[in-house]
Amino acid sequence: MSTVTTDPGPLSVADLRGDPGRLRKERAARILLAGAALTSVVISIAIVLSLIGEAWTFVSQVEWKTLWTDGWFPRRGMYDVKTIVSGSLLVTVIAMAVAAPLGLGAAVYLSEYARPGVRKILKPVLEILAGIPSVVLGFFALQFISPEIVQRFFEDANQFNIMAAGIGVGILTVPLVASISEDALRSVPQSLREASYGMGAKRVTTVVRVVIPAAVSGLVAAFIVAVSRAIGETMVVFIAAGATGGSLFTLDPLSSGQTMTAAMASQAAGTDQVRGAALTFQSLFFVGMLLFVVTLVLNIAADRFVRRVRQKY
Amino acid sequence: MSVISSPLSVAESVRDQLKSGKRDAQGRSFSLLLQLSLALSILILLVLLYDVVTGGWSVLGTRLEDFLAAPMRSQAADSGVAQGIRGTFFIGLFTVVISFPMGVAAAIYLEEYGGKGRLARFIDINIRNLAGVPSVVYGILGLTIFVKAMGDFTGPNSNGRSVVAAGLTLAVLVLPIVIITAAEALRAVPQGLREAGYGVGATRWEVTRHHVLPYAAPGILTGTVLALARALGEAAPLILVGATTGFLTGGSSYQIGALTERFTALPIIIATWAGRPGDDWEAVTAAAIVVLLGVVLLANTAAILLRNRFEKTRK
Repeated sequence: MSTVTTDPGPLSVADLRGDPGRLRKERAARILLAGAALTSVVISIAIVLSLIGEAWTFVSQVEWKTLWTDGWFPRRGMYDVKTIVSGSLLVTVIAMAVAAPLGLGAAVYLSEYARPGVRKILKPVLEILAGIPSVVLGFFALQFISPEIVQRFFEDANQFNIMAAGIGVGILTVPLVASISEDALRSVPQSLREASYGMGAKRVTTVVRVVIPAAVSGLVAAFIVAVSRAIGETMVVFIAAGATGGSLFTLDPLSSGQTMTAAMASQAAGTDQVRGAALTFQSLFFVGMLLFVVTLVLNIAADRFVRRVRQKY
Repeated sequence: MSVISSPLSVAESVRDQLKSGKRDAQGRSFSLLLQLSLALSILILLVLLYDVVTGGWSVLGTRLEDFLAAPMRSQAADSGVAQGIRGTFFIGLFTVVISFPMGVAAAIYLEEYGGKGRLARFIDINIRNLAGVPSVVYGILGLTIFVKAMGDFTGPNSNGRSVVAAGLTLAVLVLPIVIITAAEALRAVPQGLREAGYGVGATRWEVTRHHVLPYAAPGILTGTVLALARALGEAAPLILVGATTGFLTGGSSYQIGALTERFTALPIIIATWAGRPGDDWEAVTAAAIVVLLGVVLLANTAAILLRNRFEKTRK
């Protein structure tokens, strides 16, 4: 073949540099996108700053003995921290007693037992449950769970009680536990299951002895995320646990009570100006700070566990 | 574990076990237990829906139009949710207009530009932690910044307690959710698509804009709709930001100027009414819940269907 080429001339550096207009666009895009990504960092800083100012005012001015009294009544200057912390713990324990078995059971079924067709129908149903707003579950906890379930078994239970609120929060976290657990179970390599079946193990043995132990980091992560969510859940407790004006210290799940979150909401809802004793307004930020730190620690821990699963497989 | 005694008894036991497959009581009961836990979760959903719909039927069946058009009143019998629908509408609008472009842009940076760099990793961890911050804490952020610090702008006549402040707060609240789901959608784009673009000399932005984004669009859209549904159902941050829980005059105007006035929203109305005693308040609360669930579940179902459909066509 004869080559018919016209001589392009010597190639200069300018030819390789590319169109300056396109490069300018590229640079502008990069800066804009990085700016958007950095906004999230700005938000984090803004959250910490907005909490820390008034929270510090509270910590530096409050009389320490008011932090350990008979109850949480911020408007009367009683900031008994153990009341709301134990309330949060109580709600969380009840919620996890509901959400852990239900969520884990649903996850194991969807991941190990359900046929693809069944799974395709049932999974969206769980996702719809996940989309139900917490105010709705608050109403449900107050109007259905409290009279129909709690008061049926415990006749002396208050209409507003911690137990009903806890069950409501638990229902709210079931889809969360289920979806994270299912991800963990499904990321267990198929070869592990096949090895187990090859040894002649039954399905239940394979699931309980092989798959669940292999996915345990992810299951722990699911549990921790759910705990963090339950501690941070506000509206169910605000509506169903009563004690909107403040609460005496109690460990009885059948009485009304308050959590850290509900304490913040009811304080803000009480009057439009959020006024009361000198440090009432500041106590809101103090509780917010406490909540922020607790959930942050839990989330970081959960992240560690999730990463462990990813590294393993 | 039994100790193997003789080959004959081993053969016996193996034969026994193979034959007993039908009456594997342990496996059966385990599987039943699992099905029960899933069935119970679904049953709760059904009972909840049934409870709410039957509870609100006395209102929805008799005076639906009036209920949707009337403001909050002191009597349950003539109270309506017009102000709440209006507040929820604007909150949704703010959320989409602010957090959608912002979130998608941040996700593009993380997935397409940042790579495995230290900055991108730091931002990624930061966003994951933001997503776990309780919603009340976002309420504090909104109270400090959008209500107090920016009050002259967000609500000069309402101490900053306006639908603008609420919309901004919830936009910030759902931003991490939009970023995380959009990033997931971008990660699912096949690498070959990008390489083909680079192969013909496209810049990174051109590859992203013309090849990656169109492919990831359904996933991004699904994430945004889910985030929107979340924002519409949130109440806790709104209480902190100062949504009106009691009596509210006006607050149902859709004009631009009314954005800085006092406001309420559907979830706030539900939370307020739920605490009032009496069957008539219970009925209007249930009716308001049906309205809210109608909006939220419609958005959720649309998002889920959209995702399933695209998952199917891609495979």
